[in-house]
Amino acid sequence: MMFLRQLLKNKKAVVGLWLLGFFFVLAAIGPYVVRDPTAFLTDPVVPPNSEFWFGSTQKGQDVFAQTIAGARTSLVIGFLVGFVVVFVGATVGIAAGFIGGWVDDVLSLITNVFLIIPGLPLAVVLAAYMEASPRSIAIVLILTGWAWNARVLRAQTLSIAKKEFVQAAVVGGESRLRIMFVEILPNMTSLVVSGFIGAVVYAIGAQVGLEFLGLGDLSEVTWGTNLFWAANSQALLTESWWVFVPTGLCVALVGFALVMINFAIDEVTNPRLRAESSFQNVLTRAGIVPGFSTPVVQMREPEPQGPPPGQGRQPEDIDGPGDDDFSDPSWEEETKA
Amino acid sequence: MKQPLLEVDNLSVEYMTENGSVHAVDNVSFTIGKGEVFGLAGESGSGKSTAAMAIMRLLQSPAIITGGTAKFEGQDIFKMSEDELRTFRWRKISLVFQSAMNALNPVMTVGAQIADAIVSHERVTATQAMERAAELLKLVGIESSRITSYPHQLSGGMRQRVVIAIALALKPPLLFMDEPTTALDVVVQKEILQQIAELKKELGFSILFITHDLSLMLEFCDTIGILYAGRLCEIAPAASLLSGPQHPYTEGLMHSFPELHGERHRMEGIFGAPPDMEHPPSGCRFHPRCKKRRPRCENTLPRLIHVGPRHKSACLLNEPLTAERPKVSLFPGKL
Repeated sequence: MMFLRQLLKNKKAVVGLWLLGFFFVLAAIGPYVVRDPTAFLTDPVVPPNSEFWFGSTQKGQDVFAQTIAGARTSLVIGFLVGFVVVFVGATVGIAAGFIGGWVDDVLSLITNVFLIIPGLPLAVVLAAYMEASPRSIAIVLILTGWAWNARVLRAQTLSIAKKEFVQAAVVGGESRLRIMFVEILPNMTSLVVSGFIGAVVYAIGAQVGLEFLGLGDLSEVTWGTNLFWAANSQALLTESWWVFVPTGLCVALVGFALVMINFAIDEVTNPRLRAESSFQNVLTRAGIVPGFSTPVVQMREPEPQGPPPGQGRQPEDIDGPGDDDFSDPSWEEETKA
Repeated sequence: MKQPLLEVDNLSVEYMTENGSVHAVDNVSFTIGKGEVFGLAGESGSGKSTAAMAIMRLLQSPAIITGGTAKFEGQDIFKMSEDELRTFRWRKISLVFQSAMNALNPVMTVGAQIADAIVSHERVTATQAMERAAELLKLVGIESSRITSYPHQLSGGMRQRVVIAIALALKPPLLFMDEPTTALDVVVQKEILQQIAELKKELGFSILFITHDLSLMLEFCDTIGILYAGRLCEIAPAASLLSGPQHPYTEGLMHSFPELHGERHRMEGIFGAPPDMEHPPSGCRFHPRCKKRRPRCENTLPRLIHVGPRHKSACLLNEPLTAERPKVSLFPGKL
């Protein structure tokens, strides 16, 4: 809860979450609101106007409707692939790193094999071989995407597993599963989250890419097929920019929102980064470029010091009769100050 | 008056956070003379290491030095450029790190690490540097043949000696020692401190000694500054601090460890916990834990004033004023 509250205080997180939330709402209710994205509704290649906000395609379809209808498949595939990739990657990586021995050997071997397979070419080959549908694209992306996460998280687990709190948990008799997912995993939150966000961005990008190449189901309306048809109908030659700009912009904005959330989570989980902006502000106001050494910004007034030696109370005065030093005018000044 | 070696005046250091800044070191002033051992004592988080690292300009972001000057032989460290600092550090002030375990690189021989410090500051050949490294090892009481040893082949005490040898490599006039013996057992601790005292006699450097071990400090230092919540609350020659602490916090510290000689005393701690530095107490930082507090302690910031020769204390009870002034003498007549 603490984490969530801090996240919501972060400007980058707020921007990212609003933007992402906007696209989720769009994906959820948009298709029921707009016109049929596949129907031929008007003249081909009509520029944006008051009836068709984003204009029409070469076939006279509504670009606005296509852009919004495309959000659903693209986002669902993106996030689904992101979750599965991180889940598989984290499980394999943490298990390999923590259990070690032959388990590590086997899991590392599999991870390494998947790592050397060139991802996108394999995705192209698999997508061409499998039945064209968003589901097979998701499977292709999961198969080619999980290994990197497993690799990174295994390395991190190896270093965390040597820490004393893990040994304490072993001595305390906790089960292996609990140690792996309750003791070790939370220590890698920022890695897992950035792995997840990277995977989502990769999945959305790769899906759009594969479909753009014509490897998806072309009867579906997704951001990828929108771009495929735009290219197919030579949108650039006919200078009908409105056919592909909205979809391209949406892909970019979703990526931007995810990266913003990633930055924000990094800052929230790392107090040093959180302080960085106020640190920078102070230096910028003072016109100092931060270097290796501690910056000096004189902004505190030096405090008035006590009276110089000799004027102050000396030990021989202390027990003397009459406390006459208190009539000394310098004391008066000091007490008023 | 002779110019002191290091003159720190009104040093303030703040750590920036997202909700404002934390004033970790607040208007701290002290001087270190030639050949003097100055001790900074205080609880964890009182700002003693921060103050020392700030003087060397070694604090990393988000720390900012927000006020004051630190003059080394009259030269203001806070006005130096990066290049000046690079030649200044180690040659003029070097640092003995707390944890010898982490301060030494495990994949380099100790000789190479000592030679590194020499080569990066002086134009000498590698062989000359190694010869000097061997001499330095002998100086800190390790056989020269150990020059090819790796840190893991040495004991904790030997590693700490190596760290001291690296600090002495350029014969700097001032050494900062940040809890140099905290990780060692008392016997080794004693040996190392004796070694440092001997080296000091031989080479004549000054020391800024940081520790939370007050008894060690009283034995080892000439002058002692007590930090509480980033402010100096008392600064005095060791003897005068031992015989008559003038700040209730110092008094509390003195009563919290037993004396080896003399009568048995009941040990008393200081109740409460160190303050939250993000929201330090108003007035005297120590008032919530002070047994002698008066109402005005809550809103008046005491200043560091002379209460004896070279003895300053920041307690309102020592400031003359007024109806609040207790009738009884504050000084038990020991001075």
